[in-house]
Amino acid sequence: MSQNPTTAATLEVAGAASRRTRRRLLAVLGFVATVLLTFLGLLAITFFIGRVIPIDPVLAIVGDRASNEVYQAARVAMGLDQPLPVQFFHYVVNVFSGDLGQSVSTGRSVVEDLSRFFPATLEMATIGIIIGVVLGVPLGVIAASRQGSIIDQIIRVVGLLGYSMPAFWLGLVGLALFYARLRWVGGPGRLDIFYDGLVQPVTGLLLVDSLLAGEIEIFWNAVTHLVLPASVLGFFSLAYIARMTRSFMLDQLSQEFVTTARVKGVPERLVIWRHAFNPIRVPLITVIGLSYAGLLEGSVMIETVFSWPGIGNYLTTALLNADMNAVLGSTLVIGAVFIFINKISDVLYRVLDPRAR
Amino acid sequence: MSTRDWLLEDSPHSRLQANAGRAYRVFTALLRNPLSVLGGLIILILVLTALLAPWLAPYSSTGQDLANRLAPPSGAHWMGTDELGRDIFSRVIWGSQITLTIVGLVALISAPLGLLLGAVAGYFGGWTDRVLMGITDIFLSMPKLILALAFVAALGPGINNAIIAIAITSWPAYARIARAETLTIRNSEFIAAVQMQGASPLRVIVGHVLPLCTSSMIIRVTLDMAGVILTAAGLGFIGLGAQPPLPEWGAMISRGRTFILDQWWVATMPGFAIIIVSLGFCFLGDGLRDVLDPKSEGK
Amino acid sequence: MAPMLSVKNLRVSFPTHRGRVEVVKGISFDLGRERLGIVGESGSGKSMTGRAILKLIRKPGLVTADRMDFDGIDLLQQTEKQMRAIRGARISMVMQDPKFSLNPVMTIGEQIAEAVVTHEKLGRGEVQDRMLSMLEAVRINDPKRVAGLYPHEVSGGMGQRIMIAMMLIPGPELLIADEPTSALDVSVQAQVLDIIDNLVTAKGMGLILISHDLNLVSRYCDRILVMNAGTVVEECAAGQLEQAQHPYTRGLLAAMPVINETRDELPVLDRSQWAGT
Repeated sequence: MSQNPTTAATLEVAGAASRRTRRRLLAVLGFVATVLLTFLGLLAITFFIGRVIPIDPVLAIVGDRASNEVYQAARVAMGLDQPLPVQFFHYVVNVFSGDLGQSVSTGRSVVEDLSRFFPATLEMATIGIIIGVVLGVPLGVIAASRQGSIIDQIIRVVGLLGYSMPAFWLGLVGLALFYARLRWVGGPGRLDIFYDGLVQPVTGLLLVDSLLAGEIEIFWNAVTHLVLPASVLGFFSLAYIARMTRSFMLDQLSQEFVTTARVKGVPERLVIWRHAFNPIRVPLITVIGLSYAGLLEGSVMIETVFSWPGIGNYLTTALLNADMNAVLGSTLVIGAVFIFINKISDVLYRVLDPRAR
Repeated sequence: MSTRDWLLEDSPHSRLQANAGRAYRVFTALLRNPLSVLGGLIILILVLTALLAPWLAPYSSTGQDLANRLAPPSGAHWMGTDELGRDIFSRVIWGSQITLTIVGLVALISAPLGLLLGAVAGYFGGWTDRVLMGITDIFLSMPKLILALAFVAALGPGINNAIIAIAITSWPAYARIARAETLTIRNSEFIAAVQMQGASPLRVIVGHVLPLCTSSMIIRVTLDMAGVILTAAGLGFIGLGAQPPLPEWGAMISRGRTFILDQWWVATMPGFAIIIVSLGFCFLGDGLRDVLDPKSEGK
Repeated sequence: MAPMLSVKNLRVSFPTHRGRVEVVKGISFDLGRERLGIVGESGSGKSMTGRAILKLIRKPGLVTADRMDFDGIDLLQQTEKQMRAIRGARISMVMQDPKFSLNPVMTIGEQIAEAVVTHEKLGRGEVQDRMLSMLEAVRINDPKRVAGLYPHEVSGGMGQRIMIAMMLIPGPELLIADEPTSALDVSVQAQVLDIIDNLVTAKGMGLILISHDLNLVSRYCDRILVMNAGTVVEECAAGQLEQAQHPYTRGLLAAMPVINETRDELPVLDRSQWAGT
């Protein structure tokens, strides 16, 4: 029984394909494993913060005016009479089943609170990163292609200011200038008071919800309120993204293949964008991912300044009320999103770069 | 032989001369970079202001003058007064002591801690390395500010706890650097020589590995100080850092929030102090990196 | 017949913290449709000469010359836009190491096609045909497959042949080859040089072969310039290299090992002899 060469070739191709699938599968499994492990580390840290550091975690939850019965009941309910590893196990099980406890200050479950506040943060951070990318990347490219020019100097100053200016201060100055003096933008909050509650939340993103409801007026009001806090966040991501883009581009422009492109007679615009910029798109994705995750963190400060009803504001309010379940819950969510974005951009790097495939 | 010749001698006769000569070369190289000179000056001024605050500040940091509250900047009050009539300029000057304390203590706690953990991980390798670096990576992949906030929430508000929280969140970066450096040093001949003389691992790490990590550590710590100042100010702003009536810059901005729409100077002025000092550390860190680590110049 | 390329008193300088330093100090030469070799040690200014002809010295580097004419065109007077029409289309350059001189994230096919499309308006199919036949001309067996590969997927020798294909596809009249084989294995060096030699001769082009290897240059070139420290110290026909006069050239020749060597020790260049010239 002789095999004809065509089927042999087909078999070989199929073998290679299944090997590739297996390799992909392993890569995915490895990715899930590292994410889970890091997430477990995060849980260990929040567990440590919530249950081990406080001298009396029960007191932190029930408050110091609780009666002895309430105190004992809470202690048993929290499982504090059990050894630490068992407590940690219960904690992990609870978190994975979506139970982050009750918030003392709002009286609702922390999960419910977080899902209510998260969209506001997401909306602001997303507009912020869009500003940062749309302005930061081209500015970084221009600064690198005209090294030493005025644009280059400006980018350097902006980059340094991004490292040394407190975000909450810039927000306050922005409010004083653009809201109080110039009246160009709306004040604190997501909407003017008389528009509040008029739009039915669908996605929780006001820009989307108001358009879905056909309320153009509310949409514009939301835009005027969003533009300042998002720009402040955008400034910091712009500073970081432009600085990194500039440094990547300088690296590329000194490469020999850029000279090759010039030898071929390729116009300078294409030399810069096609030859120098294309190779850095992949590392830039990582930078943008990091910056986006950083904005979630930065929004804590900005939301406090702008009374923005997002997760950051929820966290700071909880901090001041010593509402530990809410604090740990928001830390967990922000941390998890942060880790997830970090790891995703890591994976994208490996998938998109032809050299790493 | 002049002092300069002694410093620049090609073959120094003692360890002291070699170290002094290296310090002198770094110093002169820094002087050639205008921005690092500026950074150094800013930090020098910060230190002097902190030391001489009692003589420099025209008013006390807590003295109230309710008749003169929320006065705009003028000849008598260069930065105006706050809601209790306290002179903002004087409070900014006194605040430099707090900033310097925070920066100094965070550096003193986190850098040696990171250095030691990184060096131990790199030197011993194997499971020690895997466990220590696993913990480091988990810390590194988490948002620093949020983590510091959560730690302060558990420890309780206050400047000491703020310092501890910031230090806890900043050592992992140093551990990574120290590990990387140790890995390159570990297999060199001179370490083998020391080991063959019977030196204990502790002696090798402390006496021979750590000193070689210091220059990259100094660069990183200096650059990080801007971030430390911002985090500390942020904690103060939220109300978890230094408590009133301490004239901490972030807390001062927080007090001025209420008046931002009309009395802009209350919140704005301390912010300038934060920016200038942070910029100072950035400039000096950049300069140090160019001098001590020429590979990464211009990045 | 007027020379294709005529260079007179070419100087290239760069600023340093001790003032401007000249790396090419006034060299002159003419080139017809022939193969000219420029030899010298590293740092002798030979690569800078090649790049100066294409006006590829970026600021703060500075190029001056009394004359730099190519086919009746005064290169010094050309704007950047006019230079782009000359680069690739009329004068082209093969660089040292394909590992660095090929764009790592573009396929080989895209990079070669770009060289044609930059200068000629052609249909997609025509570009494809030109590219494939050019790859065949540099002896690549499976051009369709290779065109879809990325540079890191091919060997150094193949990379350099691809580089040659890319530089010759628009049909330039002059090719500058800057150390085209020094990054390659000895086993493929001859193959790459033979390909350059065949194509250049077949198309009647001019060639400037820049190298540190005296043997190689004398094998593949008609005429040789010997450069040292930014100046031309010797100019001679390749066959007459043995009769070279200048002490630097003599020193270089003497320092070359020969098969059936009887010397115990290879002489070292004695730089004091021509110092100051």
